[in-house]
Parts: sequence; structure tokens; C-alpha cells
Amino acid sequence: MTGLLVLALYVGAFFGSFFIAKAVFKSAFEKKGFNKLKTVTFGDESAITANRVASVISVITVFWLWVAFTNSAIPLLKFPGPFSGDMTFTYTAQLEDGTTDDATVTMRVYREDIQQTIDDEGNPGREPDPAEVELGDGFAKNDSLTVARYSFKVVNVWANDEVSKRDGSTVVAINGQPIAPGESIRVDEGTIGLTDKGTPTFEPAVGLRMARLYLPAPEVVFQRFIWLNQEGYQGYTLLEHTWFSLKRVVLGFLIGAVVGVPIGYAMGLTGWARGWFDPIVEFMRPIPPLALIPLIIIWFGIGEVGKVVLLFLAALWIMIIAARSGVSGVAISKVHAAYSLGASKWQILSKVIVPNSLPDIFTGARVAMGVCWGTVVAAELVAANVGLGKMIVTASKFQLTDIIIVGIIIIGVIGFAIEVGMRSLENWLIPWKGKV
Amino acid sequence: MSGLLINDISMRFDLPNGGHVQALKNVTLDIKSGELMSVLGPSGCGKTTLLNIVAGFLAPTEGNIQLNEEVVHGPGPERGMVFQQGALFEWMSVRDNVSFGPDMKGMSRAESKEKVEHLLDVVGLQDFKEKAVYELSGGMQQRVALARCLANDPDVILMDEPLGALDALTREKMQSLVLDLWKDTGKTIILITHSVEEALLLGERLLVMAPRPGRVHKEYRLPFADMGVGNDLREVKKHKDYAPTREEILEMIWNMEEEIMGRTEENA
Ligand SMILES: Nc1ncnc2c1ncn2[C@@H]1O[C@H](COP(=O)(O)OP(=O)(O)OP(=O)(O)O)[C@@H](O)[C@H]1O
Ligand SMILES: [Mg+2]
Repeated sequence: MTGLLVLALYVGAFFGSFFIAKAVFKSAFEKKGFNKLKTVTFGDESAITANRVASVISVITVFWLWVAFTNSAIPLLKFPGPFSGDMTFTYTAQLEDGTTDDATVTMRVYREDIQQTIDDEGNPGREPDPAEVELGDGFAKNDSLTVARYSFKVVNVWANDEVSKRDGSTVVAINGQPIAPGESIRVDEGTIGLTDKGTPTFEPAVGLRMARLYLPAPEVVFQRFIWLNQEGYQGYTLLEHTWFSLKRVVLGFLIGAVVGVPIGYAMGLTGWARGWFDPIVEFMRPIPPLALIPLIIIWFGIGEVGKVVLLFLAALWIMIIAARSGVSGVAISKVHAAYSLGASKWQILSKVIVPNSLPDIFTGARVAMGVCWGTVVAAELVAANVGLGKMIVTASKFQLTDIIIVGIIIIGVIGFAIEVGMRSLENWLIPWKGKV
Repeated sequence: MSGLLINDISMRFDLPNGGHVQALKNVTLDIKSGELMSVLGPSGCGKTTLLNIVAGFLAPTEGNIQLNEEVVHGPGPERGMVFQQGALFEWMSVRDNVSFGPDMKGMSRAESKEKVEHLLDVVGLQDFKEKAVYELSGGMQQRVALARCLANDPDVILMDEPLGALDALTREKMQSLVLDLWKDTGKTIILITHSVEEALLLGERLLVMAPRPGRVHKEYRLPFADMGVGNDLREVKKHKDYAPTREEILEMIWNMEEEIMGRTEENA
């Protein structure tokens, strides 16, 4: 239900903000530069540039949906939240001889994440005590209980009554409304019902927002981010977790490139090497690195060596294939020209083939870095002492959703940074790419 | 005798389907040192194959190539090549492209500097020497290719449609440049072209090849190249022999093309 609502809102935001933005940010919708005078843009992919207003609104929309569907303190438009505070309902108990008596039940609904909150003095929150109520008169006495948001309470109203359920006291009405076992009535604060055996239950209203366990509010995640930097988790700070993951990726990738590129060149330059490595490369290439994890753990254990070997294997085949296709992409006329200018085989390799294959190798390196980054996290999920994946998987065992989300965001940001970094490195090192 | 001897060359390509193509059959040519020979012929008559054999990229099935009375095997710096396009090293600047040959010989930049600067002057690219080659126009790129070839000081320059990718005006300018360079350096040049006009204007000696099998069909000795040196090529075209020769050759090639078409139709 909530999911459909999110989807509907998201689709609505996509179209709605288009019309609003078009009216407000006119200049962002103008064609620029080369495209200014193009009359045909629909179908001309080169004329399409990303509308940055759309990108900004898109990010804001996701953030707003996050706030709107969680119990966030951020003052943005939010969906109805769960009930919390005190509420009272009355029940009517009836004895076997037909006498009835009314009594009240006071429910104190408290935050489900109270223990994870910290008050001004730095003390963790505690579950509240039930409200103080008078017992009242008659054989049915007033009750007072507590219940956490998003949970459910069976209310043994007879606990303090003069006549117990076993002695023939039954609940026949709630708030004056007759009720039979298995039925329930809704009030603003939640749902009051009777179990099949006739015991009253109370379930506080949850609204449309999600419990912290499922989706913590943005500020909760941010606080957790700060906390992870200061206190750390599982003995390492967030920076250390990130550093260990990154180090494995860089190490594995570099070894993979250093081994893979020469093999790729050899495969592009000699028939023996191509024949020798072809079966291995073609066999290993379709195997996802994740499938190798169990074997790697058996061979190398869960330490650093195993991780680096795994990432090496993830990068190796990609780099071999990139280097090989780099060699095959060298125009034969360039090689011929170089020979006619007196170049030796070694000079052909270093002055013609290597520079000419750089664009392909870089494309391969970008792919390999992406694959390695994904693989390291997965490998750490399976087995590790430290690393972002390890942090996430441990947090999930303790249902610390906020740590999981911090981890996921860091993984995404670093993956993005790797891509951007590789691209600018590429533009700097290979300015001729795509211009020939 | 110094010069280039193409000695009874035959070339047969075996095809994967078991058949074969006789690309060249018994081609013999004696090219004197300092001669500029242009080669014309219908598409597929084996011009590129012949040039590749002279350059040493292909070994002929029969015959051999002799340069200054030595049989050549494989490519070498004494036979320079200018390709139609795309053979420059785009990861190098214009200057580095031009000095590639000397660099390969292990010559220091100081040693080669004078020659490289001179050649950049000759082809008019002094102001562009620091630029990357992909920043240049097609005509400028071909001038770089010419300078790169000359910097290596080859005995023979082989050109496979070097001006084929240029527009008509640039092409005319480049034709003058080629003529001037030829006269100044005294190099032996073999130039393949599809343009009859170009072959007439540049070829001191003009070779018309015929296809299937590729062979020499007819040879001309022409005065136009000498006239063109240092002069306006358009003036040369007004010479009384120019138009009749052009028509004769056009007719010849036209007939060959017709014949090929006819034959393919028969086969079909
Ligand atoms: N590697 C090869 N394998 C098989 N056949 C080839 C090969 N190279 C050339 N040929 C054939 O040899 C013949 C001559 O080719 P070549 O490229 O020398 O012609 P050309 O005169 O240069 O043509 P164009 O004017 O179109 O460049 C053609 O029929 C061609 O199909
Ligand atoms: Mg050709």
C-alpha cells in the first residue's frame, strides 16, 4: 500500500515538477551552444543534454520522500505519523448473572526507538512507566499499560478485577459498543479488539510513516554517520572501514592490471600467447567473481590475501580483454607507417601500440574498478574482519538499519567518485580519445 | 645502376573459400632515381598491392624488388610511405610526428632539430608544431604526413592516394607542394591516384594498369610535371597536349571499367 503511494507520488513529482520548473526556470529549458538553432531535438540524441534543474529536483524529491515517510524531525511536509501519547478506552465486563460494570484502560504509547534516543544530559531513553490511574469502583477496575508504537498489546483487563475471567467475567463492550470475540473497533488512536478467547487487545495507529527499524529518518542516519566517525563500529571507525575496502580494491585492481595488460598485449601480438590464454580467459570471464568467494575463503581464509586475490581475479580478465582489443584497434596503416619510418618491433610496441591502446585500456580499467568495488563489498558481506561490507552485515544482525544505510550511501558515493575520477584522469591522459 | 627495380612481380591471394585472386601478374618496372611516377587504374587492379609489395608489407608470390641493386625484404626507412589518411600518431604533437623517424634512429632532438624545423617551414606548419594532430584540418594532416616521411630522408616515397580525402582546392595546393618537394629533394616518388588530372600533372611518367590480372597496360612520358614545378598548375592544364592525353586515358580506363562491369554481370 505505502509502496504504491510512494510510486504514485514519485511519478507525480516527475511530471508535476516538469511543468512547474518549466514555468519557473525558463533558462534551464533553453537549448544551448551548438544545439541552439536545432529545430529537431526529439530523435537527435546528441542534442539532448541533462537538465540540471531536473537533477536537483530529483534528488530533493527522493530526500523529501525519505523525510515524509519516516518519523523525521525535519520540518517538511510529512505523512500522518503513528499515534503516541496516552489514550483511554472503556470496557464493559459482564458476569454470568448478567451484572455489568465499566472500567477504563489507559494506554501509554511510546516511541519504539526510545532506547536509541539520547536526552539532553546524554542518557539513553527509557521505556516510560504506565500512567497513574485510580482503581475506581465496581468489580472491574481501571487498568494502565504501556505499548510501543508499531507494536501490539494484549490487555489482561482482569488482572486487577475482583472477578477474573476464569470466574466468568467477560468483556462485552468497548467504549459502550457491543463487541464479540474476534471482532475489533477502530478509534483515532488505534484499533481495539477482542482475541478469539475474548481478551482485549490494543494496536496503536501507525499512520503512513515507517518505523525506525525499517527506515530511519535522514537526521538519524546523519547522527549515526557522525557517531561512526567518532566511536567506530566493531573496533574500527567509518574511515578505517572505508579505507580497508578501498585499499583492497586498489591493490587487487593494480595487480590485475599489471598482470593483465601484458598478457592482453601478448595475446594481441603473438599467436602462441593467444592460443595459450584464449581457453583460460574465455573460461574464466563468464564466472562472476562472487562465485569464487567460497573457494577463495577455503584457500586463503578470510584475511587480506584472500580479498586481494579475489579482486585481482575480478580485474584480471577485464584488463586482459581490454588490452587485447586495444591492440586489435590499432590501424594497420599506423603500424606500417612506423615500420617505414624505421621503427623496431620494440619501438612499434612502445611508441605505437601502447599509446594507441590506452583508450581501450582505460575503458577496461573503469569497468574493472567498478566491478572490484562491487565485489569487495560482497566479499566482505560473506567474510571479513573489517570493511564497509563487514560493517553492514554486522549491523544487519543487530537490526541497526541506520548503520546499514550509512554504509550503502558511502559505497554509492565512493563508487561514483571512482567513476568521476577515472573519467577525468582519462580526459587528462588521453585527450585524443574519440577525436580520430 | 641506382634506382628501383620492380622485377617480374606476380601476386596471388588465396581466398578462404579455396579460390584465389591474381592481383598482379608479371609486373616489371624500372624506375630511375629521382623519377616521379603516377599510377592510374580502375579499382581493384592491384595498385595498392603493388605499393605494399614495394614498401615491403607484402611478399610477392613471384619476383622481387631491388633498390639500388639490393633485394628488399620487409619494410625499411629507405622507402617512406604516405597513406591516404589516419596514419598519423594522434597522441603526439605535430613536431613529434615529424621527428618520429629521426627519433627511431636514436638521433637526439638537438641533432634532428634543424631538419625538422626546416620541413615544418616547407610544409607551412611552423605555427602549428605544438598542436595535436587531431586539431588540424585534413590538408594540414597530409602535410604533416609528407614532412614526417621526408624527415626520414628515404630514397623512395610511396604514396597511396595521398590527396584522395581532400577537397578540390586544398588538393590543388597540395599538388603544387608535392611537385616542389619532388624537385627540391630529388626523391623517387610513386604516387597512386584515382584522379586522371592529378596523374597527368604530377607524373613525369604515368602508368595505367589493367585489372584481372593486374598488369601494366600502358605507359606515358609526360612533360607536365616539369612545367608545373614552381608554376601555376592551372596554366599547365592549358597546354595543347594536356586535354587530348587526358581524354585518351579517361577513355581507356572507362573501357576497362565497362569491361569489368560486363564481366561481373556475366558471372551473376
Ligand atoms: N589480403 C587480400 N586477400 C585477398 N584478396 C586481396 C587482398 N588484398 C587485395 N586483394 C584483391 O586484390 C585485388 C587488388 O587489390 P588492390 O587493393 O591492390 O586494388 P587497388 O587497385 O588498390 O584498388 P583501389 O583503387 O580500389 O584502391 C582486388 O581484387 C582485391 O580484392
Ligand atoms: Mg588501393
